[in-house]
Amino acid sequence: MGVLDRKLRRDLWHLRGMVLAISLVLLGGIATFVMARVTHRSLAETRLMYYADQRFAEVFTSLVRAPEPVAERIAALPGVDRIETRVVAPVNIEIEGYGEPVTGRIVSLPDHGEPLLNAPWLRLGRLPAPFADEEVTVSEDFARAHRLEPGDRIAVIVKGKRRPLTVVGVSLSPEYMYAIPPGAMFPDYERYGILWMNRRALATAYEMDGAFNDLSVTLQRGTSPRDVIDALDGLLARYGGLGAYDREDQFSHRFITEELRQLATMATVFPVIFLGVAALLLNVVVTRLVTLEREQIGTLKAFGYDTRAILAHYLKLVLAMVSIGLAAGVGAGLWLARGMTAIYQNFYSFPYLRLRLDADVFVQAVVVTLLAALAGTLLAVRRAAALPPAIAMRPEPPPVYRATFLERAGLQRRLAEPTRMILRDIARRPLRSALTVLGIAAAVGTLMITNFSRDAVGWMVDVQYGLSSREDMTVLFTEPTPQRALYSLTSLEGVEHAEGFRAVPARLVYRHRSYRTEVEGVEPGAELQRALDASLAPVPIPSEGVVLTEYLANEILGIAPGERLRIEVLEGRRPVLEVPVVGLTRQYLGVNAYMNRATVNRLLREGPAISGARLAVDAARIDTIYRELRRMPRVAGTVVRENSIQQFNEMMEETIIFFSFVTALLGGFIAFGVVYNSARIAISERGRELASLRVLGFTRGEVGYILLGEIALLTLLAIPPGFVLGRGLSAYLASSFTSDLYRVPLVVQPSTYALAASIVLASLAVSAVLMWRKLAHLDLIEVLKTRE
Amino acid sequence: MSNDVVFRARGLTKIYRMGEVEVVALRGVDLDLYRREFVVLLGPSGSGKSTLLNILGGLDSATSGEVIYADHDLVRASERELTEFRRHHVGFVFQFYNLIPSLTARENVAAVTEIARAPMKPEEALELVGMGERLDHFPAQLSGGEQQRVAIARAIAKNPEVLLCDEPTGALDSTTGIVVLEALARANRELGTTTVVITHNVVIAGMADRVIRMADGRIAGSEHNTERKSPSELAW
Repeated sequence: MGVLDRKLRRDLWHLRGMVLAISLVLLGGIATFVMARVTHRSLAETRLMYYADQRFAEVFTSLVRAPEPVAERIAALPGVDRIETRVVAPVNIEIEGYGEPVTGRIVSLPDHGEPLLNAPWLRLGRLPAPFADEEVTVSEDFARAHRLEPGDRIAVIVKGKRRPLTVVGVSLSPEYMYAIPPGAMFPDYERYGILWMNRRALATAYEMDGAFNDLSVTLQRGTSPRDVIDALDGLLARYGGLGAYDREDQFSHRFITEELRQLATMATVFPVIFLGVAALLLNVVVTRLVTLEREQIGTLKAFGYDTRAILAHYLKLVLAMVSIGLAAGVGAGLWLARGMTAIYQNFYSFPYLRLRLDADVFVQAVVVTLLAALAGTLLAVRRAAALPPAIAMRPEPPPVYRATFLERAGLQRRLAEPTRMILRDIARRPLRSALTVLGIAAAVGTLMITNFSRDAVGWMVDVQYGLSSREDMTVLFTEPTPQRALYSLTSLEGVEHAEGFRAVPARLVYRHRSYRTEVEGVEPGAELQRALDASLAPVPIPSEGVVLTEYLANEILGIAPGERLRIEVLEGRRPVLEVPVVGLTRQYLGVNAYMNRATVNRLLREGPAISGARLAVDAARIDTIYRELRRMPRVAGTVVRENSIQQFNEMMEETIIFFSFVTALLGGFIAFGVVYNSARIAISERGRELASLRVLGFTRGEVGYILLGEIALLTLLAIPPGFVLGRGLSAYLASSFTSDLYRVPLVVQPSTYALAASIVLASLAVSAVLMWRKLAHLDLIEVLKTRE
Repeated sequence: MSNDVVFRARGLTKIYRMGEVEVVALRGVDLDLYRREFVVLLGPSGSGKSTLLNILGGLDSATSGEVIYADHDLVRASERELTEFRRHHVGFVFQFYNLIPSLTARENVAAVTEIARAPMKPEEALELVGMGERLDHFPAQLSGGEQQRVAIARAIAKNPEVLLCDEPTGALDSTTGIVVLEALARANRELGTTTVVITHNVVIAGMADRVIRMADGRIAGSEHNTERKSPSELAW
């Protein structure tokens, strides 16, 4: 081992505190980068494989009823590759020992042979035996919620008739990775299940013999889904087609795509911040280090080492410093990716997971880190090595200071000398001070994003369930029902108030843009379900015209109030209506179109019918209400508001909490890394000065004030821009997460600001304690000695 | 010359332990320093003179023996007491001046006078060392000799009982060195501060009341000058 290498090893040991701090920041950057990239790719890849394995369809539609021979005409449509017709039926499910109403969906399987498309993936047991009538396979989440195993018995109510069934298997499906009950926003595994049974048995029960009400299609290579969708809609219109849509609009697929897109955003935003700060920090540290070693560099050159050898030496030092963070970061990133993918796998019911480790992710991490490290080092070392040895070996002349602006402005008298030292030192190296402020501000910003997601979600829940959907439960009917059904609901014991609504599936069209959703006819002056305006005040729904969710009007359709919207109703006689847009509502979950209920009835040329009702109930009587509701054959399902809130929170917890935890931890790393390094550099740079002051009779506290006052001041200065940065990043994330599924509002609670600031201040406190201990070891005698 | 004793050291021993090697820096030094006295401490490198100065100044503690300063034994003093001692009773002048680069001449002195009990004005102290015209210059704007004179002003401004100088002219040329020594002599004369100067430079001994020679951790000799030379009469 050469002498220089030995020096390298000792230098590293000597600088261990700084090496650790830099490594932590690097670790943060690399780990988030690797975690997010690996998770994203693994999930995307797993999904592709899963779709291919289970033959997930590309175009979907449901319809009222079409005779089976129609399938042949569909198969003959240009561009259609394979098709599968199915019977899909809404059911009520009875599970022994479970009191709350449970609904679900039964999906037919071919009576024998594998499904051509959308095959369930079997986790346990088997699919129903050929032509077996009483066997059923249930979705895994549902089975888990009720601890169902093959051999267990359940009952379903189809068209008012109760059928006992035997569970023979537990399976998953790419179609229902994210399965939500009708009328709800979130999955509810306890109260909503997907079941598969043989077609013949289901068709008999659902009165669908020789017919189908659900169709899936795959496309020939190079076919535009739009063409097939149009052809299907044309063909199925007379069979009550509800409008075909391609995979991009399939709910489960949409949701996961959205989630993956967010992950990809995270994979960019966080690593950029972390690696940026790490580069900054490395630059400052290395520049400082090399300047401190200027005399040694001069001496080495005097001995005959050339500039290249010296450059190589310092590059090696820096590489050794970063390689620790790099290795730890890659390791931590992989470990986190495993945790993260496991969470997603579980949450979205992937049957298996293909952890995808691409070399290019690691190559990118290494290249970015090295570039950051080398850029800082090369400049500093070149400058030091360029000095003639005789000059480099001489101690640096006293640095040039000036009175600061504040003092010239007349504050001089008010500031004691130690305070002036602090101000002048900051002002003398404005770039370094600015970089330090920037680094700390980045930490504050990162820490804020962490909590911002929680604030935003809290706000969404408050608005949705506190101001807009204020009902205790929603009851959905199997089909439009005369309004007097409301009376039988209100007459139930414990029901305090009921409001009917009429929801109609429709395609909203404005110029060349269109969107499939439900038009909801609500009672004027409804108390339970209210549309809100931008200031969250209730908006009345006028008797004529339609009120749209802001996002639907502005972003999707590009329509403004006053213009006329075409509503293609996808139910019954399928009328096409022209209605003016009369208002906009603010809504964070989903997008909707609201109209007066009576107007909807009139336009559909039907009597006063409702699709469901919202109820305010006495919580103490809820069990009785459930029991009564289950006896009503027309009730297709109930959505209980409290469950929805709970499910929403659970869903957010699972995905957000983990990420929040990780970013909070890493934000803490940045904060500590920057603050500690700044203090550490100050002490190595000004050790002699501070020791002189100690010799002159300054106490440790007084010297500590000079040392820590500077970094404390910079930290305080960094907090306001950090807040601005955090808010900006939050706004960026909010806008990038926005879709028709939900809009993330830019809500940052004071506690989020407070938490970010306190973590940074805590880092300052920890650094202060460490520095305080270092100050105790200042060598007072050293400063008296002749400087070699 | 008054007979008041400012420092009274008895049996001072200092042993540095460096790994497995013991280095004996002081081997039983007895020494009294008197009020208003100007002492030059001469000796080769490693003779123990710096160690002695450090112990007298409260920067280092002796392995055994005692140093009595105004009823306090510095050898047994706590860290806090030593800081107090340095703050109020001792002035230091370093070989490399050790001025705070971010403070002007006036502020460098003020930094010390602000924490002292009965200091003189910074301007007064700087006037005394002939720096009255350069109050608002930063160290980077001053020559070596000027910086050292600011350092002397800083050391005397608190009106210390004793001024300890470690090779104050070591980094200066002869002409500049003499200007600095004149500042020291003037402070000693006008303020009556007991002054100890460590040096290799035998010539400087000429301006002392008493010259103490150290060798091998012991006091090898002590002599009184019958006549103190003025620094301007010195040359090297």
